[in-house]
Amino acid sequence: MTKHLSRRGAARTLTGTAVVALGALALSACSSGGAAQREAAEFSATYDGPAVTLSYWNGFTGGDGPFMQGLVDRFNEEHDNITVESNTVEWAEFYQKLPAAVTAGEGPDVGVMHVEQLSSNAARGVIDPVDPLLDGLGLTADDFTSAIWDAIEHDGARYGVPLDVHSLAMYYNTEHFEDAGIAEAPTDAESFAEALDALQEAGYEHPFWMPARWPGHLMFLSGQWQGGGEPYAADGSAATFDSPEGVASLEWMRSVVDDGYSPGDVAQDAQYVAFKNGETSITFDGIWQINDLEESGLPYAAAPVPAVLGEPAVWASSHQFFLPHQQSPDADKVAAAQVFIAWMSEHSGDWAQAGMIPARESVRTSGVLDGTVQEPIAEAIDTMRFLPPVPGLGTIQSETLEVAVADGVLGVRSPEAALSEESGRATSLMEENLARFGG
Amino acid sequence: MSPSTAHAVDAPAPGASAPATGGRRHGRSPIAPAPATPWLFLAPFLALFGTFVLLPAGLGVWISLHDWDYTFVSHPFVGLRNYLDLLDPSSTSGGPFWESMRATGVFTASSVPLLLVVPLLVALMMNARFPGRNFLRAVYFAPYVLGVAVISVLWRYLLDTNIGPVNHYLGLVGLPDATAWLTSQPAAWVSLVAVTVWWTLGFNAVIYLAALQDIPAELYEAAQVDGASVAQRFWNVTLPGLRPVLMFVTVNTIIMSANMFGQSYLMTEGGPGRSTRTAIMRIADTGLSSFQMGSAAAMSYVLTLVLMLLSGVVFWLFRDRDAVRTRANVRTREKVRS
Repeated sequence: MTKHLSRRGAARTLTGTAVVALGALALSACSSGGAAQREAAEFSATYDGPAVTLSYWNGFTGGDGPFMQGLVDRFNEEHDNITVESNTVEWAEFYQKLPAAVTAGEGPDVGVMHVEQLSSNAARGVIDPVDPLLDGLGLTADDFTSAIWDAIEHDGARYGVPLDVHSLAMYYNTEHFEDAGIAEAPTDAESFAEALDALQEAGYEHPFWMPARWPGHLMFLSGQWQGGGEPYAADGSAATFDSPEGVASLEWMRSVVDDGYSPGDVAQDAQYVAFKNGETSITFDGIWQINDLEESGLPYAAAPVPAVLGEPAVWASSHQFFLPHQQSPDADKVAAAQVFIAWMSEHSGDWAQAGMIPARESVRTSGVLDGTVQEPIAEAIDTMRFLPPVPGLGTIQSETLEVAVADGVLGVRSPEAALSEESGRATSLMEENLARFGG
Repeated sequence: MSPSTAHAVDAPAPGASAPATGGRRHGRSPIAPAPATPWLFLAPFLALFGTFVLLPAGLGVWISLHDWDYTFVSHPFVGLRNYLDLLDPSSTSGGPFWESMRATGVFTASSVPLLLVVPLLVALMMNARFPGRNFLRAVYFAPYVLGVAVISVLWRYLLDTNIGPVNHYLGLVGLPDATAWLTSQPAAWVSLVAVTVWWTLGFNAVIYLAALQDIPAELYEAAQVDGASVAQRFWNVTLPGLRPVLMFVTVNTIIMSANMFGQSYLMTEGGPGRSTRTAIMRIADTGLSSFQMGSAAAMSYVLTLVLMLLSGVVFWLFRDRDAVRTRANVRTREKVRS
């Protein structure tokens, strides 16, 4: 439930963040260090210095949390002079807290964040480049899909060490599919429509609940990419999610409701709960939900999101190790943190148990995914698409695109009107950001 | 409160006799405390108040005059631009801000009257004598002890259009069962206001109850002897007796309602559209997600100003008209005498 819960912690912890922020204000007011250009730390493959304790921040609060802790415990056992202490907070809180903490000199020694957040934090000087680390580990573009290799770059430097990729997946209830006589998971517009009709004929009145909120915007992005459109200009100068492909994507989402395959007004989380209760037959959600579904005992399977709007394409993100910027770096800790990241990258195959897909091709094809639920999705890794690395884009997207998608699905505004209004708003925000971050 | 405060100031502070000699020069009474004494008594509170209220408030004004992104090194001074941007509805900060101020206004205007009247009715009921009274008092107060996250997540599931029990039971008794409580308007406001009233009415009710118990029973007896009806007793004895508390409750409820954040953040996510995005939500997003502290601080001060004006109006409405008249009479008499 990592993603599902991701925004909720923020209300509770707002005060805490505000206090940290205030501390940061007080400190930054008197500091005069440069934030614009960050120096990359030199690579070290091993660490044999004095015993150090590393603080490691991440947002694995869901079913993936115990797997990460298991890996950390193993690392600690194997390294006598390095102790890694995890600090796990909700992602939404994480992204508010990290810049404040790093600016105040209270940041962690190492951490994990989503790939689309790297550029924002790099532009703010919150994280340092990791090029020497990537080189030292022998990680090159060859071991990753080009989409992910491009997404970790900002201003000519790379800022993340990819741990995994995780995309949307199509989950379906295998009992319902059997009842409806569907032998194979639908893969395109035609087979998907046939499946919905067959399910309705088999007595499943609403086989595909269409969510207005999470993960509605991810379904929308996948649809726009399938149609060949792009939601944002790659240079961050404009929002283009109101392109004809975008409008087609949102119109399709609304048509699922209009055609009676989904009830109207599906509020946050309702479609997932309905799927777990066997009330709906198909749902699109992140692969990080696999462990939750396994525990529920539901008869289900996962398949790549069908190419309903054109060519196969699906929204994806990736967890990335990063090195936070240190106001007064401790060479021992920086070296130990790199050893930790290197070890984690080597062991990313074990991370597959958390429902994720290892980012490195060499690990992915080593057999760690054989027989897992996510195996068929991992095979579609070349169709996975990432948001462009534009600083500040995440905040803009949640304020504009997500509102447009929700309104379109709810029928509050027409898809075209909602998208063009919000896209215009997003463009002016992006222009402001471009000026702020210096292009 | 005031008699005891006066007492503390009048009483000689221990060890204050030596500096008091200096005070005598100014013709003060020998038992008057040293000038520093009241400040020393106030110091513990002032330290906290200064650190956590005055200093941040002052720093906030300073921040609001800058383009202040605390992850950046430089915070260019922009004068009043943050405020001017807010006044310009076509700017990226102004438009959404006034949208959210409007949402806050809608919520405040619809929740405050309910939160003034319903708890009063509850308090009047709880002030009567009947078996199980203490239990019911606890029941009415119980929701208030829950956190906003708890009640919001709870009600989000209860009110869900498709899988929520509320619509399910409405359907069972033959009422419309397809109301989109959280994703359509005006149903979303109805839900948010109803949940908030359910959640916080216990607090106001307890304050009313304490005030009701402070009204002397003799006044009711006297009114009864004079032949006043129940309604007349309520109007002429209960309400005037509640006036000071009513003013506190009104101002407090307005401020609490205007600060509404958690319910719409968690139950409706500001939707449908941006209709339930409140001012505090907007300020939090601007300051803590977009890191635009300058703009967020400016928004906070605009909201504060509005709340101060509102509070002023409430104070004026609840002013003690009799007392004002008496003072005026005294003044007139003094003038006549001189």
